[in-house]
Amino acid sequence: MGYRFDFGAVLDRAPELLWASFGTLGLALAGMLLALVIGILGVVARTSKSRIARTPVIVFVEVVRNTPFLVQIFFIYFALPLMGIRLNPTVTAIIALGINGGAYAIEIIRGGVESVSRGQIEAGFALGLHKADVFRLIVLKPALRAIYPSLTSQFIMLTLTTSVCTSIAAYELTSAAQRIESDTFRSFEVYFTVTAIYLVISTLMMGLFALISRHYFNYPTR
Amino acid sequence: MGPIGENEFFFLMQGLKWTVLLAIVGFIGGGIFGILIALLRTSKTKVARTITAGYIGVFQGTPLLMQLFVVYYGVALLGIEVNAWIAVAIAFTLHASAFLGEIWRGSIEAVPKGQTEAANALGLHYVSRMKDVILPQALKISMPATIGFLVQLIKGTSLAAIVGFIELTRAGQIISNQTYRPLLVFGIVAAIYFIICWPLSHAGSGLEKRMSKAVR
Repeated sequence: MGYRFDFGAVLDRAPELLWASFGTLGLALAGMLLALVIGILGVVARTSKSRIARTPVIVFVEVVRNTPFLVQIFFIYFALPLMGIRLNPTVTAIIALGINGGAYAIEIIRGGVESVSRGQIEAGFALGLHKADVFRLIVLKPALRAIYPSLTSQFIMLTLTTSVCTSIAAYELTSAAQRIESDTFRSFEVYFTVTAIYLVISTLMMGLFALISRHYFNYPTR
Repeated sequence: MGPIGENEFFFLMQGLKWTVLLAIVGFIGGGIFGILIALLRTSKTKVARTITAGYIGVFQGTPLLMQLFVVYYGVALLGIEVNAWIAVAIAFTLHASAFLGEIWRGSIEAVPKGQTEAANALGLHYVSRMKDVILPQALKISMPATIGFLVQLIKGTSLAAIVGFIELTRAGQIISNQTYRPLLVFGIVAAIYFIICWPLSHAGSGLEKRMSKAVR
């Protein structure tokens, strides 16, 4: 094996990688927010009594969860201009991430809402709690606690998925990696370094989510 | 704009063939290594547990696309003359082994402790205890999650398109560029993925529901 590793060429571009990391974080955060909004609205429609509200949500969830993100982002990237909407790649990427994450969020949140038992709510009213308190203490907090692990790991997945947004040239880490690779021809070094950066990002995020959980959901369940 | 004719459809089917093959290779390769990872991860040796935990953490904490790139260029650095196919297949095998290893670790640990104790009391040694007592039960518990991961893997093979591999998504991209009909072409491509993945997802969640009822 006569190959000489040269990480220096990659280190020279460290500022670019740092900025691109913020691009990745920005995409991820915006995508998460949009996914949450779609998730909550979706659950409201999905659990409503009207069939016309429920069916489109069911179809949306099944289609998005059973097709690849890359195909979805291509579809959105080409469909929006046809509808007369011209958006830059970054905004398109956020929409694609939000739609993809939203479909998973709907299923996760629905599970959480359904996990709160009817009797608990009735018990809350029987204790003389106000309607707002019943919602906040008996419905919302336990439901959040129930969905927190799956929702946050879905958010980590979403963060990793931002890498695919390089396919429409959104500004993030993977597209920076490809740019640096084509300038330096240090393919392995570039991708190895950037993979390590992703690992740092997702590890920090996991730590942050765990910290929030320990702080907010620190009451015993039994 | 060009029409979507027989040739284009045939080209898509060629791509589909590679998508299916990649998924099968990744699933089988990942399954074989995944069992090994799961066994090491649940073993008594601390070093084995730590190393496999790190392995799983790295693959679950980095994007599949990056894993493809690193393996693709890493294999080339080893000086082995390989085609893109083998590099991509290796990457999917490594990726799948980490995820399946973690799924199966969970199901091995979900088998009640009494089963291990009973096997020990019967004087069964490790191989027999695992092969005859623990793994058959763990396999059953893991079925929904394993099928769920298979769906993820099938969707994941689309990323091989970005490293220049002509599978279903890349074939769709090429035809879309030739015919200027992106919506129709990507609609067809999405429909093909859906037809493959939806029955699997359905089977997975059906099994999950059946099993949660059985537990109660």
